[in-house]
Amino acid sequence: MSEKVISPGVYFIVYGALLLLTLLTVGVSFVDLGRWHLIVGLGIAAAKGALVILIFMHAWYSARLTWIMFAGGLFWFAILVAFTLSDYLTRSLLAY
Amino acid sequence: MSTDSSHRASHFDTAEQQREAGKLGMWIFLATEIMVFGAVFTGYIVYRMQFPRAFALASDHLNLLIGGINTGVLLTSSLTMALAVHAAQVNLQRRLVLCLSLTALLGTLFMVLKGVEYYLDYRENLVPGLAFQPSEWFSAETRPEHVELFLVFYYVLTGLHAIHLTIGIVILLLLTVRAKQGRFSPAYYTPVEVFGLYWHFVDVVWIFLLPLLYLVATRTSLV
Repeated sequence: MSEKVISPGVYFIVYGALLLLTLLTVGVSFVDLGRWHLIVGLGIAAAKGALVILIFMHAWYSARLTWIMFAGGLFWFAILVAFTLSDYLTRSLLAY
Repeated sequence: MSTDSSHRASHFDTAEQQREAGKLGMWIFLATEIMVFGAVFTGYIVYRMQFPRAFALASDHLNLLIGGINTGVLLTSSLTMALAVHAAQVNLQRRLVLCLSLTALLGTLFMVLKGVEYYLDYRENLVPGLAFQPSEWFSAETRPEHVELFLVFYYVLTGLHAIHLTIGIVILLLLTVRAKQGRFSPAYYTPVEVFGLYWHFVDVVWIFLLPLLYLVATRTSLV
């Protein structure tokens, strides 16, 4: 795979989007969203993270093996959370 | 200037293969880093589900103004880091040195602001074991020890992040020196590119720390 050179203009556009999303997440945190608060906060963070990983880290243009490695890390983290919560969330179901 | 073969180790067929292997190595390291932070995040999830009120109350006392500004500082440092990699790709030597120095400077600015924030947290009695008044946190819905638990997660997560940033700044200074010596070129800039992956990853961690620490519940004030 030959190296793809991304023009600085793209980086500046992504940077602008990241700053706007930061202002949005801070601004919206003053609004009472109830149960949506966490989802909106993490959703915006996920969008920002995706922009950084895909564009700044060139993941979008990287080899498929790169994707597998990073997805593997996220997958193992998901196992950690899922198995831990399957314990904590079901403890109250047991009659001691 | 350097030629293709001078940077290629004998066990690689081509410089391209060597470069890809270097990048892949960093991605694998970052996958293990997900697990390092992931362990603390998992503990955070478990306790936040058990004590949601205490986490929400304590989070509202953190300094969102500095936390928000620091997010902007770190995002800017990611921009200059991306521009540094681009400068290496198109052989703009002076811009490469400038961008690497700027990234190190912004990283340092983040650490200074973080230090100021820790001091303000201390002044606000938000440091368990050092400056913390349990009597301020008693209520029908929260207990002071659960507030302390959130604050400990705050210091462990931001502290772990700060350690990563400090290591990054040191490496950035070394890269800046090597860039000044003209060691990088479009034919060979793997250290700049691979370090960039690490720096952006540390930025992504902070992007998630902002809502998880500062924005647990609806904010009532900026500081």
